Amino acid sequence: MSHFVLDARYLLCPMPVIRTQNRIAELAPGDTLEVHATDPGALHDIPSWCRVHGHEIVTVAHVDKEVSITVRVGGTAT
Amino acid sequence: MLATKVMLEQGIHVEGINFYTGFCVEGHTHAIRNHEHAKPKRNNALWTAEQLGIKLHIIEVIEEYKDVVINPKHGYGANLNPCLDCKGFMVRKAREWMEKNGFDFIITGEVLGQRPMSQRRDTLPVVARESGAFDRLLRPLCAKLLPETLPEREGWVDRNKLLDFNGRSRKPQMALAAKYGYTDYAQPAGGCCFLTNEQYSRKLEDLWATRGSKQYELDDIMLLKVGRHLRPRRNFKLIVGRDEGENNFLEGYRRRFIHLHATSHEGPLTLVDGTVNENDLELAARLTARFGKGRDAEAVTLRVTDVQGNSRELKVAPLSATEILPEWYL
Repeated sequence: MSHFVLDARYLLCPMPVIRTQNRIAELAPGDTLEVHATDPGALHDIPSWCRVHGHEIVTVAHVDKEVSITVRVGGTAT
Repeated sequence: MLATKVMLEQGIHVEGINFYTGFCVEGHTHAIRNHEHAKPKRNNALWTAEQLGIKLHIIEVIEEYKDVVINPKHGYGANLNPCLDCKGFMVRKAREWMEKNGFDFIITGEVLGQRPMSQRRDTLPVVARESGAFDRLLRPLCAKLLPETLPEREGWVDRNKLLDFNGRSRKPQMALAAKYGYTDYAQPAGGCCFLTNEQYSRKLEDLWATRGSKQYELDDIMLLKVGRHLRPRRNFKLIVGRDEGENNFLEGYRRRFIHLHATSHEGPLTLVDGTVNENDLELAARLTARFGKGRDAEAVTLRVTDVQGNSRELKVAPLSATEILPEWYL
């Protein structure tokens, strides 16, 4: 199981969730992906996308203008 | 949402696809403006998928979609909306996804007669044909009014449990939503695409006319969604933030445009799009001052910064309301 980081800063929604989706498709179950974004919409969109695809939200942080969300990849990466 | 629910009720596995063209009203557009902040910043496609309990795949098609907008084979609707070409394009992309991922057929929420261009009896087959989906395209909400499709003939779907909605009224859909217990749903009457918006289309036409060609990049079409757009002279246009949210968004483009903001009073950030001389800059400064809190002051001081980052101050008299000609507004 590995940890990866995705820089989705300065992208507007829905691009952070699209980048997250595409990156997770390349990962294995149990891997974690730490997504950094600046659009606060990511705080809603990424957890929502994870819920419908069975991925787990490990941590969510919103410091100043930056959002950081860590996702653990679920049983199937898609 | 309803078409999917009708399929789920028949025990069929459904996954959703949402295409991001860059013209979508969804998401960021709601987040940019301050007045929208009281509303939940939800992505309606994701929200709908959650309500239905299905997976949703969001596919970015910005580059490929340009050809649909620039060269629509079937022309535009009331504005720059190439609805029929757009539908054919999206169903084609859905067909490609279906084939790649081992699915059997495509459903859409289309209703016969609902839309004046893409959902007529004579245009629904065009979408099926030009997308290459043919009889693997099922419209559950009006299927009983259309020829049988492959999933119906094969018995994968029970045609008797499909619907016969027809016409522009949304009342049958609302009644069905109520039957399923849905009290909250997105876009009961469309409006999810900026290309259907008259003002937005005017700005896009202006962009094409100014450049002398029908081309655009993502940043171009994003900027058309934000701020007041004024073209006081042929050689330049101003994009003026309307509130803090828009000013913050425009901040991200500062390095690519000459930009101005008042330093003596609160006011907007203005981007200057075009080639300008000193006289043009003075007009841009007077307009920027007009949209700030110094509008009634005798003079407003502004900082003007060029694309190299060199800045200087300008002191100008704000334009009066009557000096701003209506035809300047795009």
